Amino acid sequence: MLVRAENLGRQTVRALDEIGYAAALFAEAVVWILAGRHWGQPLRLSATAAQMLEIGIHALPVATLLAATVGVMLAIQSLYSLGLFGAQSFAHVGIALSVTREFSPLIIGILVAGRSGSALAARLGTMSINQEIDALQVIGINPVRFLVAPALIAMLIMLPALTMWANLVALGAAGLYVSAALDISVAAYSAGVLEVLSSNDLAHGLGKSALFALLIALLGVVNGTRVKGGAEGIGRATTRSVVQAISAIVVTDMVFAFVATQ
Amino acid sequence: MAGPGEPLIEVRNLSAHYGAEQVLFDVNLAVLEGEVMVIMGGSGSGKSTLLRHLLGLERPSAGQVIVLGSDMAKLRAKNQLALRRQMGVAFQGGALFSSLSVAENVKLPLRERGDLGERTMDIIARLKLEVVNLAGCGDMMPAELSGGMLKRAAVARAIALDPRLLFFDEPSAGLDPTVAAALDELILQLRQAMAMTIVVVTHEMESAFQIADRITVLDHGRVLAVEPVERLLRNKNPRIQNLLNRRAERPEIEAADYLHRLTGDA
Repeated sequence: MLVRAENLGRQTVRALDEIGYAAALFAEAVVWILAGRHWGQPLRLSATAAQMLEIGIHALPVATLLAATVGVMLAIQSLYSLGLFGAQSFAHVGIALSVTREFSPLIIGILVAGRSGSALAARLGTMSINQEIDALQVIGINPVRFLVAPALIAMLIMLPALTMWANLVALGAAGLYVSAALDISVAAYSAGVLEVLSSNDLAHGLGKSALFALLIALLGVVNGTRVKGGAEGIGRATTRSVVQAISAIVVTDMVFAFVATQ
Repeated sequence: MAGPGEPLIEVRNLSAHYGAEQVLFDVNLAVLEGEVMVIMGGSGSGKSTLLRHLLGLERPSAGQVIVLGSDMAKLRAKNQLALRRQMGVAFQGGALFSSLSVAENVKLPLRERGDLGERTMDIIARLKLEVVNLAGCGDMMPAELSGGMLKRAAVARAIALDPRLLFFDEPSAGLDPTVAAALDELILQLRQAMAMTIVVVTHEMESAFQIADRITVLDHGRVLAVEPVERLLRNKNPRIQNLLNRRAERPEIEAADYLHRLTGDA
C-alpha cells in the first residue's frame, strides 16, 4: 500500500516535472523564434524547410489515402443512419461538419504523431545519447533554437495544411460516393456542402490541428531529450511519445469541442 | 615542460550531485596556460562529471568553476557564447552531427560565428582536416568513418575556431593501440603547433603518461593528487599505486552484510 502511494507520488512529480519542462521548452523556442535574429542566432530556415518537407509533403500519399477512406466511410454511415428515417438527402450536412470539425484534424493528428512525433523523439534521443546535444552547447549553439524551433514551426505550419488537404480529399471522396448512391450530380453535392460550411467550422478544425501540432512537437522533444539507457531507451522514448501524443490529441479534441461549442 | 603561465581554469571547492547522490566532493584544481592536464580515474571516479562542469554543461551544487577568468555558472548567455568560442571539445564518440558531412561538421562552428564567407569556411575546414590527417574526407558522412577517423574529425571540428582551450573526453577509448598512439601524437602536435592548453579526461594510463605535463587523479569524486608524471609515479598513496599498477581494488566486505545481500533480507 505504502509502496503504491509512493509510486503514485513519484509518477505525479515526474508528470508535473515533464509538463513544466515542456512549457519551458515552448517558451524558450518562442523566444528564439522571435528574438533569435536580434541575438545573431536566427531561426534555421533550411532546417525548417527540411522538416516541413518531412512532416508534410512526405506524408501526403498516406494522408490522402486515409482522408479518402474516412470520407467514404462517413458517406456510407451517414446514408445508412439517415436512411433509417428517409433523410438521405441531408447526408452532406453531417459529412461536411464532421469532416471539417472532427475527422480531418483527428486523423491527420494521429497520423503525424505516429510518423513525425516518433521520428522527432528518436532523432533527439539518438543525438542526446551520442552527445551531439552537448556538442551543440559547447559550440555555442542553443539546442532549442537549433533543433526544437524548426520542428515546432514546421509542425505548426504543416499539420493545419495537411488537415486542410484532408478536408478537400475527404469531402471529395464522400461526394463521389454520395452522388453515385443517391444519383445526384457532384455539383449539387458540392453546392450543398458549401452552403452548410461556414468559416467557423473550418477554423474550428484547423485551430484544433494547430493545438495538436504543438502537443506532438513538445511530447516528441520532451521524450527524446530525456532518453536514458541506450538503444532500448530510445525505443521506449519513441513509443512513449506516440502513445502520449495520441492520448493528448484525443483528450484535447474533446475538451476543445466542448469549450468551442459553449 | 609544465606551463609557466597563468591558470586558465580554476576549480574551487566544487561539489556536484546527480539527484541525491554526491559525485564530486570539494574538488580543487588549476589548469595552467600551455600545459597538457590529464584527469585520470577509474569508472565512477567522477571524471566525466568534472569535465561536464569544466565545459559549463552542469551547474555546480557548491563551489566555482572559473574558465578564462569567468565563472561559468554566473555568465549571461551572450558572454557564455563568447567564452565557448575559445573552447573546443572532442567528445568520446566524436559527437559529429550525423546529418551533416564531415566538412559541414567542421564548418558548423564557423558558420555560427556568422562573419565568414562560404569560400573562407571551405578553406578553413580543409585546413583543419589536413591538420588531423583527414584530407579528402570532407565529403564523407560520419557514418562512413572508422572509430579513429571519427575522433580525428571531432578534433578538426573542435579546433575550427582556434580555441585557447581544448578538451578531450577519453581520446583513446575504443581504439586499437596504434590508432590510439597516433591520436596521442596528434594531441602533442596540436599543443606544439597551436599553443593550446589541453585538458584530457582518460582512464588509459599509457596514454596519460605519454601526453601529460601534469596528472590529476580522481577517486570516488575526490582529488587524490595533482602532480607531474614523474612525481606521481613515486607517490606512495596506496590508492594511486593501485590505479597505476592496475590492481583491482577489493571492496571491504562485512560478513553479515554479505549474508544479507545473498539472502535478500533487508
